[in-house]
Amino acid sequence: MSKHHDELDEKAPPKGGFSRRGFFRGVGVTSGALGSAILGEQEADAAQAAGAKIGPGAVPVSLNINGKVHNINVEPRVTLLDACRNHLDITGAKRVCDRGTCGACTMIANGKVIYSCTVLAVDAQGKQIQTIEGIAAAARPHPLSTAFVNNDGQQCGYCTPGFVMAAKGLLDKNPSPTYDQVKAGLGGNLCRCGTYVGVRKAVLEAAKAMKGAKNA
Amino acid sequence: MPNYSWPPMSTRKAIGQRLSRHDGLEKSTGKAKYNSDLNKPGMLQSALLTSPYAHARVRSIDTSAAEKAPGVTAVRVIATPGTELQWQSQEIAIVAASTEQAARDAVRLIKVDYEVLPHVVKEEDISKVGNRAKPAGEQLTGDPDKAFKEADVVNEGHYGIPVLTHCCLEPHGQVVQWNGDQVNYWPSTQNVSGIGGDLAKNIELPATAIKVHQDHIGGGFGSKFGSDRWGVEGARLSKASGGRPVKTFLDRATELNIAGNRPSAYARIKMGAKKDGTIIAWESTSWATGGMGGGALPPIPYVITNIPNRRLNHSAVATNGGPLRAWRAPNHPQASFLTCAAVEDLAAKLGMDPIEVFVKNIEYAPEARRESYVHQFKKAAELAEWSKRWHRRGDSGSGPVKRGLGVGICSWGGAGHASTCNARINPDGSVDIELGSQDLGTGTRTIIAQVAAETLGLPVNAIKVKLGDNSLPPSNGSGGSTTVGGVSSSTRIATVNALDQLFEKVAASLSTTADKLEAVGGKIQVKGDPAKSLTWAAACRKLGTQSIAAQGQNNPRNPLGLNTQGVAGVQIADVSVDVETGVVKMNRMVAVQDCGLVVNPKLAEGQVTGACIMSICGALMEERVMDGQTGRVLNPDMEFYKLAGAADIGEIIVHMDIREELDKRGVIGLGEPPTVGGVAAIANAVANAIGVRVPIIPLTPDRVLRALEERRSA
Repeated sequence: MSKHHDELDEKAPPKGGFSRRGFFRGVGVTSGALGSAILGEQEADAAQAAGAKIGPGAVPVSLNINGKVHNINVEPRVTLLDACRNHLDITGAKRVCDRGTCGACTMIANGKVIYSCTVLAVDAQGKQIQTIEGIAAAARPHPLSTAFVNNDGQQCGYCTPGFVMAAKGLLDKNPSPTYDQVKAGLGGNLCRCGTYVGVRKAVLEAAKAMKGAKNA
Repeated sequence: MPNYSWPPMSTRKAIGQRLSRHDGLEKSTGKAKYNSDLNKPGMLQSALLTSPYAHARVRSIDTSAAEKAPGVTAVRVIATPGTELQWQSQEIAIVAASTEQAARDAVRLIKVDYEVLPHVVKEEDISKVGNRAKPAGEQLTGDPDKAFKEADVVNEGHYGIPVLTHCCLEPHGQVVQWNGDQVNYWPSTQNVSGIGGDLAKNIELPATAIKVHQDHIGGGFGSKFGSDRWGVEGARLSKASGGRPVKTFLDRATELNIAGNRPSAYARIKMGAKKDGTIIAWESTSWATGGMGGGALPPIPYVITNIPNRRLNHSAVATNGGPLRAWRAPNHPQASFLTCAAVEDLAAKLGMDPIEVFVKNIEYAPEARRESYVHQFKKAAELAEWSKRWHRRGDSGSGPVKRGLGVGICSWGGAGHASTCNARINPDGSVDIELGSQDLGTGTRTIIAQVAAETLGLPVNAIKVKLGDNSLPPSNGSGGSTTVGGVSSSTRIATVNALDQLFEKVAASLSTTADKLEAVGGKIQVKGDPAKSLTWAAACRKLGTQSIAAQGQNNPRNPLGLNTQGVAGVQIADVSVDVETGVVKMNRMVAVQDCGLVVNPKLAEGQVTGACIMSICGALMEERVMDGQTGRVLNPDMEFYKLAGAADIGEIIVHMDIREELDKRGVIGLGEPPTVGGVAAIANAVANAIGVRVPIIPLTPDRVLRALEERRSA
């Protein structure tokens, strides 16, 4: 696996270079869920670094989501995911495992794919956050969304927004992934209905469509 | 009576098309609103207090501090003093508050004094469960003792498949608002038409007081039919909070602990056969648990049921775990694994190909399905390159990576359930199809539109399908793979009836009578004389100001040949096993599946593919792990309750067994049957690869290595 691919394969690689996916590769086990509880988001929070104390009560939080700034009051323990779902009615990202395993809550922050259930809303301030609601240009659905439909990469659909976001993160960094890179790139997302065959095809189809659009 | 029969295969326009699901884009753009996504004005959040013990009695409970906690609007005690708690995470109390955080904080303030009681949570070794095993009584057919003496080969083995959970990605729960004499109820349910009545019964209101709405459900797999304790208590919290809506969705740990499971099945099985592979005797001692109710005897011997001499003993083992619920093909995956593993082991001992043994004994299968199985074995073998890749057990070369093939089979009923459809044709040419059903992600909306389009001679996108509300004509819950048969039949009948009314309205203007008209290609025309026609739009304009509406019902006792039951399926797994690490890798799964008339092959293939992947999860990863000491579930999360990911599944080849003679049987359900044979196929492929049976599922590296070690030391 190339170094380039290692990078795009990570979801918010924690400092120190130890990540869930890297861990999997290390132990040579399947990409199923394993041991992420010991890892998690460790990006230094600017406020904390400065020694400022916030909470425990609700604090003003300013989130830039899909290019729009939202000001809310939430407790510091509220995750980015819950802030979106419960306070902003941005509900495409789903709460499933709630501990950074399944990927249903996947968003993109400053161009990096993240599990929004393991990021506190207060820590997400100052970042450009993208959710499934914000990936399409104007009225036209994103080519990934269309490709998921064409290839039946969904059944109940609860994991689907997370898969679309993970796939977008992959294609943003690697517009022409191989089949194996797609499989690995989606390794941080789980589906219970068993739609991976359609999902894998959808990502390849979307990659092609997006390249075609660029060349046109 | 009008002719409701399906049009012949060769003339179908919409049915049989590989259409994409209608609600696909809504889901893949994140716009689809599941009830767990709802934010209603004034909505409260809630949190449950659940039992930390597998078995305990509540001595006392004090909620006074919780009631005074900030943001709390209501607290309800579920397990009053004296209540015996029978499993970990059983509901004790529930709190409604302004935020989830406030509700959780308040739950932590509830003081409960427990009397901890002894528990039993593990059943793999039945000698250790004491009086928790309840024997069901011996089932005896023929003379097995005599038959075993006459057998040329006798094989004995033990096998086990653990408790699984449904692990629906959308947890169980609801938003509910009880305001005055009306309850608005937004659950995550497989049972839109029926769940309101269930809630009503529990809160002593008339069923008509409950308004149920659900557009999408994030997985059910058999576990989401009732209103559940949290639904009932959610409603009461709402009432106690001045009629504000209350949201309750289980957290992942509670979801995995108490929202249903698939019972385990363990068995010692002895089979006797003649040299030519004819099976003459079966003896099994089995046991199972799915909580305090134990677990029922799986239908063994599976498919080849009528082995002439058999003795079955089964015990239901009561354990202190969350209660079982229907799980995609209840008891069939277990039965298929136990039977197919025993047959594979017998075949290995006979030195025969297991497919040959199945075919040799196919007369023990129900007569109506025998031909299907033989056909499917052949087709699956061809797709899996069986003749090239299958080898005798363990005969897989000297390197550390061993490749093997194995086979598993399925059967299922799947007759259409009771369903009522309302079809409305409007003067503007639009068509509304309404059913109080639900689309579980199986494509129900899409296939309903295809059926209506077929009848009315319209493009599929001209049909508007409305589901998900209990004010619509009732359809049964989606269980037992009964939905597609039910809704396709009721839709067919309703649309034929509506079309007949339209024919009556326009016949005169075409100088003919209604019985001479047909609807084809967006036109109403005189049969055999397309020159005499009206466009659909022109025909509908003749309705003037009023729509026409007609109902159709599927009566399960008389489905008019539109749907039926009974399917067969065969799956073959191709695996590689590293005998140094014990890791099993999927190379390929082949599934050949019959389900009668296939309305949409693309969606049908998706169901089968998904079922294969679920089987891979079940065969290699999934297992609810109990801790004997504490009585707790050790893996109520998604890191250690493992599901396969996109890179774990290998290649999947699905062949829908679409043939005229099967199609003629009508529509049959598909959700469950393809989940049945996969675990057996994978387990048998591993045995074929490494030369030894790994008796207990899932086939984790430790179990594979242990089986290899035991063979070495034997």
